[in-house]
Amino acid sequence: MNNTENINKVALFDRIFKPQHIVLANGHEIDRPRSRLPLIIICLLVVVFASIQLTGFDIKIVIQRFYQLEAILGKIFQPKWSFFNKVTGPLFDTVKMSLLGSVIGCILALPFAILASSNVNKNKPILLSIRFFLSVIRTFPTLIVANVCSLIFGLGTFAGTVAIIVFTFGVVSKMLFESIETIDMGPFEAMESLGANKFEAFWSACIPQILPTYLSHCLYCFEMNIRAASILGYVGAGGLGILINECIGWRDYNQLGMVLLTLFVAVFTIETFSSYLRKKLS
Amino acid sequence: MTIVEMYEKRPRKAWLYFIVTAVIISLIVWSAEGVQYKGLAAKGSEVAFGMVYGLFHPDTNLLFSLSTDGVPYLLFQTIAIAILGTIFGAILAVPVSFLASENVVPKPVAFVMRGLILLIRTIPSLVWALVWIRVTGPGAFCGVVTQSICSIGMISKMYITAIEDLDTSILESLDAAGCNTFEKIRCGILPQLTASFISTTIYRFDINLKDATTLGIVGAGGIGASLVQCISSRRWSMVGSFLFGLIVLVLIIEFISTKIRTKLARG
Repeated sequence: MNNTENINKVALFDRIFKPQHIVLANGHEIDRPRSRLPLIIICLLVVVFASIQLTGFDIKIVIQRFYQLEAILGKIFQPKWSFFNKVTGPLFDTVKMSLLGSVIGCILALPFAILASSNVNKNKPILLSIRFFLSVIRTFPTLIVANVCSLIFGLGTFAGTVAIIVFTFGVVSKMLFESIETIDMGPFEAMESLGANKFEAFWSACIPQILPTYLSHCLYCFEMNIRAASILGYVGAGGLGILINECIGWRDYNQLGMVLLTLFVAVFTIETFSSYLRKKLS
Repeated sequence: MTIVEMYEKRPRKAWLYFIVTAVIISLIVWSAEGVQYKGLAAKGSEVAFGMVYGLFHPDTNLLFSLSTDGVPYLLFQTIAIAILGTIFGAILAVPVSFLASENVVPKPVAFVMRGLILLIRTIPSLVWALVWIRVTGPGAFCGVVTQSICSIGMISKMYITAIEDLDTSILESLDAAGCNTFEKIRCGILPQLTASFISTTIYRFDINLKDATTLGIVGAGGIGASLVQCISSRRWSMVGSFLFGLIVLVLIIEFISTKIRTKLARG
């Protein structure tokens, strides 16, 4: 019933631009809908031109003044090696911040994700309000959260950790409830019909299915957090960002290059390790 | 063997679990001692209450004013930065990702290109913005260029996965049917790639929109600059109106983009 309705319903686009009527050689008649591509391209072009007007984008300036880029990038690619000793401390701060933030954020995300998945939680109002809450949490830009936290908790790593907790919580709970919704609920019903209560059934039928994806989401988020945490110090929330801010303030781009190189190596190592672990999990 | 015997002989990994748990717990303890809670800052609670107050009492004059300082104009500017940045980034990412796919170019070339992509991804967007400000001068223009470069990293990473999953047997059958190279690309490669490319680009647009709100901190246009200024001068109702606009905008864009992406995924 539903299908036939969908077929009979003609989209507004097809009513304006009538489908092409083709009679095939064997006598069949078909209606070929007009391509929507021209319309999409026209809309896109209008949006792009409006955006260029609004932002003042000018490709000529980029080409003409491109040599200016070399002034900073050239120095960044000649890192000052002696600065390495001062980088390690903040680097470990960054790693600690993102590790602790990821762990706490992931633990907090678990109950919310379970309550936000429609196959576990049958209560519509609670489900929708939790999902809305999660969406709102995800809209806060991490740097703004870090900025506000550093005003509330004082400058330092604690503010950064709180910002990372908020970010991780939002991302992991969304990814998790999407994967919880795809699990097989058959074992859960079987356990229930054998006389287990809801919690027991969930614990032994659903948790083993969720756990590998949950851990892999957590690792993925940890990877992202290392990169995000490196910049949080820019607004005073501890870690490498403080150094980045100082180097930029003094216009010492050789030192900045060293900071970025260390970050690059750390991110590469952690990413390789965690993607190895994620492959094992899946 | 009965089920009970099989159950008795199941692989025991108690030691492995024990070691993994011990490592994880020691890592957490190690990180916890690095992050210390020193209590609230001076006037910390005032800031917290101010934020909550501001969110529920946004400055409606600012929220609906149509001047260049108003929330709507800044939001439109932020969207414009994200749109241009995403489109340019997506276009630039196409050649990069073809050059970094192992089934298109020889392995060493792909390896070098992947290093380049990782490099682009590692340099934080704020640093990119500061580098580009020398070229473009402060303003939304800088934001566009920054985002075009930053987006390349993540977009091409996703494009590469799509390119490496290409089904090449289709090309062989097109060959057998007598198609030339252009027809092979048009009918054999493009239909396989467009859906996932567009989906990736829209996903990146979501991220760029959130990023564009913070680029303003270093003077690269968008809503960020005014927001951070209001936070540091503690005008909470203005902060509230900026955040309110931001939340509504991101929620709407995310809703639309999820709709489009599920439609693309289902074909």
